Amino acid sequence: MVLDEVAKVRVSTMINGAPMELLLAPYQSLLGTLRDTVGLTGTKEGCNDGNCGACTVNLDGRIVDSCMVLGVEADGKRVETIEGMATPEGLHSLQQAFLEEAALQCGVCTPGFLVSAKALLDKEPRPSEARIRLWLAGNLCRCTGYDKIVRAVQRASEAGPERS
Amino acid sequence: MHPFRYVRATTVDEVVSVLSEYGPRARCLAGGTDILAQVRAGGYELDAIVDIKGVPDVMRMDQDGHGLHIGAAVPCYRLYEDEQVCSDYPGIIDAASMIGGIQIQSRASLGGNLCNASPSADSVAPLIVHHTTAIIAGPDGTRQVPVEAFCTSPGQTVLERGEFLVGFRIPKPLAWFGAAYQRFIPRNEMDIAVVGVGSSVVLDASGERVQSARIALAAVGPTPILATEAGASLAGQEATPEAISAAAKLAREAASPIIDMRGTVEHRRHLVEVLTVRTLKKAVQRAREV
Repeated sequence: MVLDEVAKVRVSTMINGAPMELLLAPYQSLLGTLRDTVGLTGTKEGCNDGNCGACTVNLDGRIVDSCMVLGVEADGKRVETIEGMATPEGLHSLQQAFLEEAALQCGVCTPGFLVSAKALLDKEPRPSEARIRLWLAGNLCRCTGYDKIVRAVQRASEAGPERS
Repeated sequence: MHPFRYVRATTVDEVVSVLSEYGPRARCLAGGTDILAQVRAGGYELDAIVDIKGVPDVMRMDQDGHGLHIGAAVPCYRLYEDEQVCSDYPGIIDAASMIGGIQIQSRASLGGNLCNASPSADSVAPLIVHHTTAIIAGPDGTRQVPVEAFCTSPGQTVLERGEFLVGFRIPKPLAWFGAAYQRFIPRNEMDIAVVGVGSSVVLDASGERVQSARIALAAVGPTPILATEAGASLAGQEATPEAISAAAKLAREAASPIIDMRGTVEHRRHLVEVLTVRTLKKAVQRAREV
């Protein structure tokens, strides 16, 4: 079978609150769809096989590795990416806390950590340190040694109701 | 990646029809956490992928007086977020909460874990000790296979052309039933089992004597292993440390591990014994909690 013989699939999805109609090759990942088709390059490719969490996005309220999802599976679903986190008024409290705690160096893992951590705080506003570490086990960072990341999440958690 | 067609099926018949047409050139897509990685790595080429998540039976999870149905594509989080399932099926919950990280648990399913047929699959040993039956649909209708008979060798299963796994039937646990699954990995999370052991027990009404027990082993043979003799050795015995230790020695004998990057034969045999003791103790403790 050659590439041209596989029909593209029409997909209606909602990305960061905006409805989108896409025409996707069935074998294109959601990660590739976001970066190459939609042009949202904030979501990063790390391992591309479901280990590192750099490509984490929120799909219908659950965090997923977008490299392990087909773009066509986003049909009828809501996708939230790092681009949807800050508002015109300013950074999300997690983003601010990552800056203040210096919770990043090279930055490739950072969007994934932020999207994961946001899902945790949305669900559990005051997680314990152990809970944060367990929740973030699916996100790998090769620079920081994790302590700064965990502290940043704790700091954003303590910001509590002021969180945007 | 080799280009494939994407079929979003909504009925069992539709899945069977695509799988019958394409044979080994088509696979089912549930959470995709194994299949997409394998296809991308060039493990095999597919001409079609059938997304089964639109088939109601495959996404259904419900209990009746006789037991629990878990659809093949139900993701792990739906299991551990259900309080009744957590209290009735603790061995399966142990596994569902440790497969991958949160991202993987959003998508990965017990059905996918079984059909991937990896010897180290975390959920298969606990499914076995919970006496689970796999429900298979195919061109000739449905059939049922005990989970311990589903995998035939690494990556291979009893599924014939046109067949797929619809879900699981797990009997409602008897009073005084307890189960547990544990694995050994070199770090705390996100790793593949060097050895995994699932155990279950049914105690008599005194809570002291074992009526029956099941022990299943992961990552110590070409398929998950039901250690029949080890489980049978506990029947009629008091749940003492000595009886548990004797059963663990039999479980060790039932293992036939290989040497690979994750461990040696001796290390794995040792781990089988240790984890059998721990999971049996945990299962007994859980059986005594009402």
